[in-house]
Amino acid sequence: MSDGIGARVKRKEDKRFITGKGKYTDDIRVDNQAYAAFVRSTHAHARVVNLDTSAAEAMDGVIAVLNGHQLTGDGIGNIICGWAINSKDGSPMNMGAWSALATEMVRYVGDAVAVVIADTQAQARLAAEAVEVEYEELPVVVTTPDALADGAPQIHENAPGNLIYDWEIGDQAATDTAIAGASHVTEMEITNNRLSPNPMEPRSAVAIYDEGEDHYTLYTTSQNPHVARLVLSAFYNVAPEHKLRVIAPDVGGGFGSKIYIYPEEITCLWASMKTGRSVKWTSDRSEAFITDAHGRDHISTAKMGFDAAGRILGLKVDTIANFGAYMSLFSSAVPTYLYATLLSGQYNISNIHANVRAVYTNTVPVDAYRGAGRPEACYLVERMMETAAREMGMDPAELRRINFIQEFPHETPVIMTYDTGDFDGNMDKAQAAADVAGFAARKAEAAARGKLRGIGYSAYIEACGIAPSAAVGSLGAGVGLWESAEVRVNPVGTVEILTGSHSHGQGHETTFAQIVAERFGIPIDNVQVVHGDTDKVQFGMGTYGSRSGAVGMSAIVKAMDKVEAKVKKIAAHTLEASEDDIVIEGGEVKVAGTDKSMAWHEVGLAAYLAHNLPEGMEPGLKEGAFYDPVNFTFPAGVYIAEVEVDPETGVTDIVQFTAADDFGTIINPMIVEGQVHGGIAQGVGQAMLEHAVYDEDGQLLSGSYMDYCMPRADDLPSYTLDHNTTVCPNNPLGMKGCGEAGAIGTPPAIINAITDAIGNNDLAMPATPQTVWRAIQAAKAPLAAE
Amino acid sequence: MYPTTYHKPETLEAASATLGDAEEAKILAGGHTLLPTMKNHLAAPTDLVDIRGIAALNGISEDGGTLTIGATTTHAEVSNSPVVASACPALACLAGGIGDPAVRHVGTIGGSVANNDPAADYPAAVLGLGATVVTNRRDIAAEDFFDGMFATVLEEGEIITSVRFPKCDLAGYSKFPNPASRYAMVGVFVAKSGGSVRVAVTGAGEDGVFRHEGLEAALSANFSPDAVDGVAISSDGLLSDLHGDADYRANLIRVMAKRAVSAVA
Ligand SMILES: Cc1cc2nc3c(=O)[nH]c(=O)nc-3n(C[C@H](O)[C@H](O)[C@H](O)COP(=O)(O)OP(=O)(O)OC[C@H]3O[C@@H](n4cnc5c(N)ncnc54)[C@H](O)[C@@H]3O)c2cc1C
Repeated sequence: MSDGIGARVKRKEDKRFITGKGKYTDDIRVDNQAYAAFVRSTHAHARVVNLDTSAAEAMDGVIAVLNGHQLTGDGIGNIICGWAINSKDGSPMNMGAWSALATEMVRYVGDAVAVVIADTQAQARLAAEAVEVEYEELPVVVTTPDALADGAPQIHENAPGNLIYDWEIGDQAATDTAIAGASHVTEMEITNNRLSPNPMEPRSAVAIYDEGEDHYTLYTTSQNPHVARLVLSAFYNVAPEHKLRVIAPDVGGGFGSKIYIYPEEITCLWASMKTGRSVKWTSDRSEAFITDAHGRDHISTAKMGFDAAGRILGLKVDTIANFGAYMSLFSSAVPTYLYATLLSGQYNISNIHANVRAVYTNTVPVDAYRGAGRPEACYLVERMMETAAREMGMDPAELRRINFIQEFPHETPVIMTYDTGDFDGNMDKAQAAADVAGFAARKAEAAARGKLRGIGYSAYIEACGIAPSAAVGSLGAGVGLWESAEVRVNPVGTVEILTGSHSHGQGHETTFAQIVAERFGIPIDNVQVVHGDTDKVQFGMGTYGSRSGAVGMSAIVKAMDKVEAKVKKIAAHTLEASEDDIVIEGGEVKVAGTDKSMAWHEVGLAAYLAHNLPEGMEPGLKEGAFYDPVNFTFPAGVYIAEVEVDPETGVTDIVQFTAADDFGTIINPMIVEGQVHGGIAQGVGQAMLEHAVYDEDGQLLSGSYMDYCMPRADDLPSYTLDHNTTVCPNNPLGMKGCGEAGAIGTPPAIINAITDAIGNNDLAMPATPQTVWRAIQAAKAPLAAE
Repeated sequence: MYPTTYHKPETLEAASATLGDAEEAKILAGGHTLLPTMKNHLAAPTDLVDIRGIAALNGISEDGGTLTIGATTTHAEVSNSPVVASACPALACLAGGIGDPAVRHVGTIGGSVANNDPAADYPAAVLGLGATVVTNRRDIAAEDFFDGMFATVLEEGEIITSVRFPKCDLAGYSKFPNPASRYAMVGVFVAKSGGSVRVAVTGAGEDGVFRHEGLEAALSANFSPDAVDGVAISSDGLLSDLHGDADYRANLIRVMAKRAVSAVA
């Protein structure tokens, strides 16, 4: 089948996207539509002393100015974090109250204190400026270490010392003993920089209250509309689930930031009921910087002990994670079960212990961002490995090989069971593609041009296919992480796939159609993928954590199994053959070894005509399935970066970048390559360019593209990609997931390469020209002193 | 954006009259600086006087070695102009390195000079070449024109009509772009006329563009990249921000000065 699994099919959805025919939330226009503009705190920490809305209310076009007291008075619930993490002493995490509109306190610059609803967007914005808020400023805490300092300003009453939890995993005593007996110990302090997510489409919401039906509709930029509906209903009391329809139409990127349910969506729904008007809000870029959940922001200290042969004996990690001012939906899981559980990397390590403290600061809430916890783990482990190799005078690839896990399944001391992999094979492919053997000559040639050339490795592993429901439930998750699908074969033989996954750039309309084409032998143009509307699609869990292939497609396969079984029964009955002899091939349903067959669409028609079905069979041809994975999946690979640094300015060029990934089965290599390209670009962004920075007063200094540096085409090289495939044994298609790998594997490869080039291992992300130049100066200083 | 009244006069006199009459008028050229400021509610002129309809303000000419560039001439026009390329290639190169194609096809020299963004490129050329800023009221020497960050000596309602660049023997511009904005983090313009060399630095100064006497002296004596090495470059008075502090900028001034010279020496 030319459109089937493994085909480089062009994306079906791209025609509408590149011709401007996509339909995004901001494109939705409804009758009676009004606009919301939020009044936001200009202080990072303050008491709201007085809110005077009278001037705003008197302005042209203003319908209402609503505040937090009215919102809570109407019973709208506080925003919650959905994953309960207990501290090591057994106490529950300290979740501070977060109201969609603040009442007494504001805790970050951007915290919403009121909303103006007006006839036009311009009127709403003007009136929002006319709302007078009197604040009593309070002391501010911005950085992770400051949050835990004695006498630090207290951000939430129920989180003494700003501590949300103090959690651990692994065996501390055994790890300490192992490291104490090591012949070499590598110790590092590692910071994972804070990032703004920057999806191309900013967040947007259109809320419609239908008084006649007492029913709400919310169009929104969501990666998981059913979860949004569930949370809006069960926790925020906006409306019961059956009275709330959530539609996430075309969504222009998410990277995690559109998983969460934010104050704005909640407020728009409530305001539409309050005012009797449909309410639209679309974030502008400046607003996005100060309201979209940021990513990462960890500081860690780590110790890794080795024996004389370079085998790892133990790894001990102490991490503090900054959660910002409030706990966002998945925040608690990110530095715990999505991070510390990956600290074994690709290595056989008998003893690991990680302690993680999460803290509040007066900054935008921090939550999952492409990779979510796994980039932090990978960065830590791979920086440690490269550093250890340098300290022990070993080849960094060799040190990795000595420690690679060779046998599967492999249980790590941090509760993951890796199912399969071929880590040496990944390394072989990457080294060959990167021509590692020729590096010395390239370095010499660069030196002749006055450039410092360096090479760096990263052997990443991540956990995707999120996640087995019972397992995550036992760890505190508030939801199951299965996926659903319905496969509808129409009377004419065309197929609709209703999926609980949500595409916001991943290309599901193409790849999901490809697996149907493969199975039923029909062209992908005869397959329609339906997603993103709670009225159309059965409950589903949405898209994040590279789960739509391994989990979402598995649900489709399960539903297709059921369809196939029924098709075979109908065909066997019609063709007077045994069900076991029926095969589906090339768009036909045949009796194997005979010339008896029915066209695919004839079976569909037979199912709906129901004139001649087997005894007792129900008419119709539509089946649903829920798929709950039995394990995570473990994409892994080796990335090799080669850089050239200009010693005079610190400017770093990535001159070569090689990625050898093992994603299991690949449905569409072109789309997978696109995912890897984008992931690497984001990884380069984190490593060299992007940094969300606050000043000591809690004002975001990097609040626009004048200061927040997004990767541009000329910052990036042409990548060399290769694949090494071990098929995932735990799902029907053998898939592992590819959506986050690039963002996970890239940063350590880049930093390892730059530090190799400049001969100074002390280099923080983002490695901007200034940062690299300073590291070069610091490396020179002792020489100059001699 | 706050409501505003838009005017598009066809003569300098009409523009001047509207500017005089309106409550709080602003000249609009490319709008690439002014309009974002208005959209962010940081500026709220009652009236906008778009000067791009005034034919006399546009165009490039050369006369006896003096290059005259009309105020509404876009960066792209300067960068692609054969006249500029032959009279002062460094200027064409500077204009071609401003922003991106969209910016270059709309932003104007008059707007850039009037705005005097400390990170803008043109001020380095204007000061480095010792240009004259011509307005509807007077001629202003580059030395007198720039008046600190985002400030110039332009009076209310005064319209830049052109910038006149005198002839020079050799000129070079080297820019270190801010990684995020791609404005100049440091830009050094070097111009040699006979035995005298002028060096103007943009992007780095707390008061905007400035001339560097030490570099001028050293390069006047020996116009070669090596001459730069001996010059002390102080970080006093230099900008510090997220992307580079004063020390780093001082280093960049040295490196960019060398590169500007080596490109033409
Ligand atoms: C994305 C982006 C990137 C950029 N990158 C760079 C860069 O790398 N380097 C760089 O130098 N610049 C850069 N710029 C700025 C760009 O060059 C602007 O166009 C320029 O600074 C202003 O010119 P304008 O014609 O757009 O002026 P406008 O925005 O129209 O006006 C700017 C100011 O000048 C006044 N003004 C305009 N014309 C006159 C006149 N004839 N007489 C008196 N006052 C006048 C206006 O009233 C206003 O106050 C960038 C801009 C953007 C948007």
